[in-house]
Amino acid sequence: MDQTNILIEKKAAEILPDYFTGRKFKDRSFLIAIIFFSLITISFVFLIIGSLVLRGYHQINWAFFTETAPDTFTAMMAKTSGQIIPGGIANGITGSLYLVALASLIAIPFGVLIGVYLYENSEKRYASVIRDITDVLQGVPSIVVGLIVYLWVVVHITHGYSTLAGSVALALMMLPLIIRSTEESLKMIPDTLKEAAIALGTPYYKVILRVLIPTSFTGLITGILLAISRILGETAPLMLTTLGNPAINWNVTKPVSAVPLLIWQFYNDPNMVDLIWSSTLFLMGFVLILNLLSKWIAAKRNS
Amino acid sequence: MISGSMTSFHQFGWKFLISSKWDPTQGKEQYGALLFIAGTLFTSVLALIIAIPMAFSTSLFIGEYFRNTRMASVVSTLVDLLAGIPSIIYGLWGFYILRPFIVSLGLSAQGYGIFTSGLILAIMIIPYATSLSNSTIMMVSNDLKEAAYSLGATRLEVIWNVILPNARSGITASYILAFGRALGETLAVTMLIGNANIVPTGLFSTGNSMASVIANQFGEASGLQLSSLIEIGLLLFVITTIINAVGKFIIKKMA
Repeated sequence: MDQTNILIEKKAAEILPDYFTGRKFKDRSFLIAIIFFSLITISFVFLIIGSLVLRGYHQINWAFFTETAPDTFTAMMAKTSGQIIPGGIANGITGSLYLVALASLIAIPFGVLIGVYLYENSEKRYASVIRDITDVLQGVPSIVVGLIVYLWVVVHITHGYSTLAGSVALALMMLPLIIRSTEESLKMIPDTLKEAAIALGTPYYKVILRVLIPTSFTGLITGILLAISRILGETAPLMLTTLGNPAINWNVTKPVSAVPLLIWQFYNDPNMVDLIWSSTLFLMGFVLILNLLSKWIAAKRNS
Repeated sequence: MISGSMTSFHQFGWKFLISSKWDPTQGKEQYGALLFIAGTLFTSVLALIIAIPMAFSTSLFIGEYFRNTRMASVVSTLVDLLAGIPSIIYGLWGFYILRPFIVSLGLSAQGYGIFTSGLILAIMIIPYATSLSNSTIMMVSNDLKEAAYSLGATRLEVIWNVILPNARSGITASYILAFGRALGETLAVTMLIGNANIVPTGLFSTGNSMASVIANQFGEASGLQLSSLIEIGLLLFVITTIINAVGKFIIKKMA
């Protein structure tokens, strides 16, 4: 017994100095640093979502979803009498849904078509030009997209802030994401599938519509959901294109409100502070659900 | 855009780039973009400096140390969520939670300024830098790593001498692309930078950035001011496109 102890101590004496000064020590401390910084990174997610939930939940009630945003005066009255602010963000919710629906209507067909084109003609020169343009478009800051659409649509087509302009701006931001995800998910289809369809004498357009798109469908949906979740929270381009509207609006040539725009308005109005958190919580929840949904679909496809 | 900014270009010429006066007073209007360019660059560079250790660690965490484990997939999902959080929510969080925290630390009186906005930008760009460098780290071939291990190298030595030299260009490109993101961020910066039209003098000085001046003044602008704002937008577009092109070029060269 004693002898084994001595042996162990001897062994430890051999290893330990190395353990605290040498290569092993460096290795160990590097791993600890990595874990430490990674934990900091992911802690931000919890910090942000946690603070939103803590501050936002008590404003969420039925009226929050069915009534339009209150004006400053009502909010101030409610605040001084210690009640929660009446009204909700119905104009923002409908506006956001409307804008996103219009944007999807513009961006999805174009995006999927361009993605199919890039996949089918990946070696051609046009394809690489289009790919470069897509890259540039993806890198354009959102506020610059807003400026461009302001100059195109607001000034020349609708002559004033409008829903159409907002949805064009959002569509421009969706487009590169959808093109990319379409091309990537098409690339994952085995070539044999396409060749089998062609060997049966299927016309080219049917190969695309009946074979390529159905087989890559989950991939397409994932990309579209991700793109929608990305544009739902966009504020800067909307500030330059749709401006906001205190009432619910379904007219494409008139301004419309959106949840992020309302948050910006509440932020600039000291009486509305309580509403900020609930609308932010709502927006965050919506975006998170879309994000997780697309992840879940992607995971299901891969398994 | 070019035609929209022509009025301002004719008025100020190349001086627009180096003048730091921004004065919308009627009658003696004077516009220069230098202070906004400076504000944008300062915040973005600061953001990049803060983000690099975080993104580097997280990408090694996901791509090397805990590769293909449940832990790695949880962490990478969380990082993706971080990328999904809208800019305005970062801004609000920075305004109501980070800013008071910085004030309570005694770093600055109001909590606005270069440092605060750089910090929030850093959090925003970590996911972009992480996901790309993570995928290049995972692409380094196992044979090389195994050869190094068989020679008795520790994990750190493998990372330092095998993985990093092989993934270097991809990692650099990911930081450049993340930098491009930081340049164009609007609302989070607008809420935190202080919107003072001065060239920032230090880490805690206030300032203004290209994107936030557009967001703040666009509503009331007309004529020459509008044209100057559009010119700033054009500048921002050119700068980010160049940065992104450099990043993409590095990736292409690597592939």
